[in-house]
Amino acid sequence: MELVLAIGIGVLTSCGVFLMLRPRTFQVIIGLSLLSYAVNLFIFSMGRLMVGAAPVTASGTIDPTHFTDPVPQALVLTAIVIGFAMTALFLVVMLAARGVTGTDHVDGREQR
Amino acid sequence: MTPSFLLTFALLLPFGAALVAALLPQNARNAEAWLAGTVAVAGLGIMIYLFPHVAAGGVVRHEIQWIPALGLNLILRIDGFSWLFGMLITGVGFLVVLYARYYMSPKDPVPRFFAFFLAFMGSMLGLVLSGNIIQLVIFWELTSLTSFLLIGYWFHFAQARDGARMALTVTGLGGLGLLIGMLIIGQIVGSYDLDVVLASGDLIRAHPLYLPALLLVLLGALTKSAQFPFHFWLPHAMAAPTPVSAYLHSATMVKAGVFLLVRFWPVMAGTDAWFWIVTSAGMATLIFGAYAAIFQTDLKGLLAYSTISHLGLITTLLGMSTPLATVAAIFHIANHATFKASLFMAAGIIDHETGTRDIRKLSGLFRFMPFTATLAMVASAAMAGVPLLNGFLSKEMFFAEVAERDANPFVNLALPIGATLASMFAVVYSLRFVHGVFFGPKPEGLSKLPHEPPALMRRPIEILVLLCLVVGIIPGVTIAPYLAAAVVSVTGPDTPYYSLSVWHGWNLALAMSGIALVGGVLLYWALYGYLAKGVDGPPLIHQLKGQRIFERIMLIITSKWARRLEARFGTRRLQPQLFLLFVLAVGLPASLLLTRLGGINLTFAGFDPAFALLWAVGIVCAVAAAQQAKFHRLVALVLLGGTGIVTCITFVWFSAPDLAITQLLVEIVTTVLILLGLRWLPKRVEDMRDEAQLLKARLRRYRDLVLAGLAGVGMTVIAYAVMTRQIPSGISKYFLENAYQLGGGTNVVNVMLVDFRAFDTLGEIAVLGIVALTVFSALRRFRPARESIAKPEQQRIQNEFDDRAPERSQGDTVNEYLLIPSVIMTWMFPVIIVLAVHLFLRGHDQPGGGFAAGIVMSIGFILQYMAGGTRWVEDRLRILPVRWIGSGLLLALLVGVAAQVVGYPFMTTAFQYVEIPYIGRVPLASALIFDLGVFSLVVGATVLILIALAHQSVRSPKAARNAVPIKEAEVSSDAPVEIR
Repeated sequence: MELVLAIGIGVLTSCGVFLMLRPRTFQVIIGLSLLSYAVNLFIFSMGRLMVGAAPVTASGTIDPTHFTDPVPQALVLTAIVIGFAMTALFLVVMLAARGVTGTDHVDGREQR
Repeated sequence: MTPSFLLTFALLLPFGAALVAALLPQNARNAEAWLAGTVAVAGLGIMIYLFPHVAAGGVVRHEIQWIPALGLNLILRIDGFSWLFGMLITGVGFLVVLYARYYMSPKDPVPRFFAFFLAFMGSMLGLVLSGNIIQLVIFWELTSLTSFLLIGYWFHFAQARDGARMALTVTGLGGLGLLIGMLIIGQIVGSYDLDVVLASGDLIRAHPLYLPALLLVLLGALTKSAQFPFHFWLPHAMAAPTPVSAYLHSATMVKAGVFLLVRFWPVMAGTDAWFWIVTSAGMATLIFGAYAAIFQTDLKGLLAYSTISHLGLITTLLGMSTPLATVAAIFHIANHATFKASLFMAAGIIDHETGTRDIRKLSGLFRFMPFTATLAMVASAAMAGVPLLNGFLSKEMFFAEVAERDANPFVNLALPIGATLASMFAVVYSLRFVHGVFFGPKPEGLSKLPHEPPALMRRPIEILVLLCLVVGIIPGVTIAPYLAAAVVSVTGPDTPYYSLSVWHGWNLALAMSGIALVGGVLLYWALYGYLAKGVDGPPLIHQLKGQRIFERIMLIITSKWARRLEARFGTRRLQPQLFLLFVLAVGLPASLLLTRLGGINLTFAGFDPAFALLWAVGIVCAVAAAQQAKFHRLVALVLLGGTGIVTCITFVWFSAPDLAITQLLVEIVTTVLILLGLRWLPKRVEDMRDEAQLLKARLRRYRDLVLAGLAGVGMTVIAYAVMTRQIPSGISKYFLENAYQLGGGTNVVNVMLVDFRAFDTLGEIAVLGIVALTVFSALRRFRPARESIAKPEQQRIQNEFDDRAPERSQGDTVNEYLLIPSVIMTWMFPVIIVLAVHLFLRGHDQPGGGFAAGIVMSIGFILQYMAGGTRWVEDRLRILPVRWIGSGLLLALLVGVAAQVVGYPFMTTAFQYVEIPYIGRVPLASALIFDLGVFSLVVGATVLILIALAHQSVRSPKAARNAVPIKEAEVSSDAPVEIR
């Protein structure tokens, strides 16, 4: 299980990094999204993988070993929402730059 | 009132008063002066009250813990020596305030002056009262900053701006050196506590890092005290208002450098390095300053160079490293402050009453202002070292010290001769000041008729001159006990005997004084003809202009080198920058990984083919998205969504229901968002590049592919290595065990978000709100590219079809396309609202919560837009996203503040379970209100972002009709539907 997820994270990272180095803004925005999936999964995996142990406890005393780590989950939850905000901001900047410069190259002008 | 409390009060008072002073009205000259004067007098009173505590080598300390683990505590500390400085700062401060009240014109913005002045006074007090050497550097820098503001007070004069900038650059550089020096000393001693440092002299002097520490501390002290070769900033600082010069350049700011030398004298002096550096810098400054002062035509310039020279005298004394020399140095610090402050004030009065400070234009003023002239003459005599005045006493001590026989024949000869020479020059420039200004024929060509200033303006000078006299005539009664207290705190309890009496019998020092006085008079007589010609600047070294060298260096560093560096290492292209970033991000961890990773044991335990298959899909989606992103944007977007779904299922698989819900919902809004953006992106263009460029591009792609591959491998290895290791016990256990007891909820992730870590969440939603507003305002001025303005092809075809058919109107086709989905979407609206409420209410105990509910709610709104179109929705539904954002943020803040109001730390929550009929037991925590705030903000932010983008399509047809170029005003005025 761990291996599969680790490879998944690796591939998402690779695709993300590759796309972020491309010249077109749309490629960069897709790359950024892929990279944030990878990073979110990576942070999430730092709490180790457990099946059927959601951190939803019961009233009364509980045994913490029966639940998965809630800290990375809380971090990733806000990261997902902020990731949306970042994508939105980047998209708008990208559209505005395209309108102003007339090109969708990341440098605002075609490369010679 | 305890001494330690008084100490804190004395330090805080000027800063507090500075704030008040800044807020007073522009013309409140009297109120400002009363305020500043009261503060100074209060400080003075505290100092006087504290004297018994420091008299016999006592120390008053007050420690406020800040980061004890790092040795960074606020320590206020006063001993005899800092007490003396405290007296100078508050006492001279008060006199300068009184003087400034009359000096400043009603046209000057006084609040700024007094606010800066008080802040400077506070910084200076903080500097001398610091018991922690890092804290000392901080106040040191504060004096540099506030003096910059004071020197540049009349910033409409280029001279003032340049002078202020130069002073800041030079003293700021020294401050940087001082900070590093203090850090080294702290490392050597193992503490930043001044008392510990002062007790570790032998340790510091024997340490191999002593020399670097010494050089850096001296850099700080010598720049601040305007010692050669850093002296050049001081004359340019004379562009400041005269009260500032009287305060900063006689008693305080420039004395900070010698204060530092005296403070660290017990632990750093006594070595050869100290002797040679400090003494030679001091001696050079002493002679050079005195020589240059003779040939100044500006009164304040003369006084500035004289100050440089006197500071050189003090530095020379400190360099000699004997206790008696240090006594003389401390004594001269106090004496110089009194006569120089009064002389600056006198120069200011002359300037004020005649309209000029130029010696060449002034003469014979004695008949117009006899009182001022007499006072200035006495002060000048003190400056020249005439007997029965305080300047004479400390200069005699200086002569006695330099005349001591030394083993080194050069020192033996050079010091006494140099001292006598400089003293002779001092007599010359003092004579020139007095004779040139007050005697001779009536002045000609003055803009106004000179007369005596208001009596109160003269009062500060009278007090200072009186001090010069009483200290000079009866030192044993007046200054002796205070000087003794100061000296003991520096040189220790076994300070050798020294005598303060005026008459020491016939000795070498007296002979040197005599030679200097007589020689000075003769030299003035000899130079009279040359001086009368009024050539500005000293002969012989006229070419040596510190300012010019400084400006040349600044130009080279800040312009030439900076530009060269920028040209060599800078680029405006994004790709190389990102490439470099990724290389670093891969390379640095890789170097650690290779050495410290340890073994990785591959295990296939728990391998699930279904999960592997899932990720096979995810990987294919990701790779395909990467491949299609350039030319097939929609395909890439759909594939990206596929990867998102795989991520979401992974969260479900591994016990993270909250993440899965949020991921799924965010996936939806992100896809909608990017879909809305696709319309504005350009079409595929023909590749116009030639073979060579294509090859280059391909090579670059391969290079990026390799880097991306490395990054992926690195992430895989790290992720796998971490996942297969035992989890260390962290803070999670606490959250799991206490979520219910302390937070009143069983969904630990949600309890963390709204309770344990609510402050983080508050920051988070604030960011979200800011981004939404940024997106909104960026889109208000959105200008699409020319070719994107026209309606999309499909819509055009549909409209043409509608136009051709007589029974149809425009837009029918597009409505028919989505007829059934739109009905479903409309009817789904209440269902979605219920779902949002459900997710929200159960969030504390079951997966859900404000974030998820907020996005669900916004999806509900967006669906309506998709179903009916922008105009249809906005005719029926008024969504005010900005209000949602604002009220959400306010609500969340309110919960936090409410806790503080009832006496708990910020963001503490309370909770209670209540029984609601038909619904059941509901957790009613104040965290729920916080979560409501989160909900409201998320709804507002998401809807605002999406709607703002969707609106662009509505407003562009108009722009398209308005022919070609769109003017800014038109765009903003024809924004069709205002979003509030």
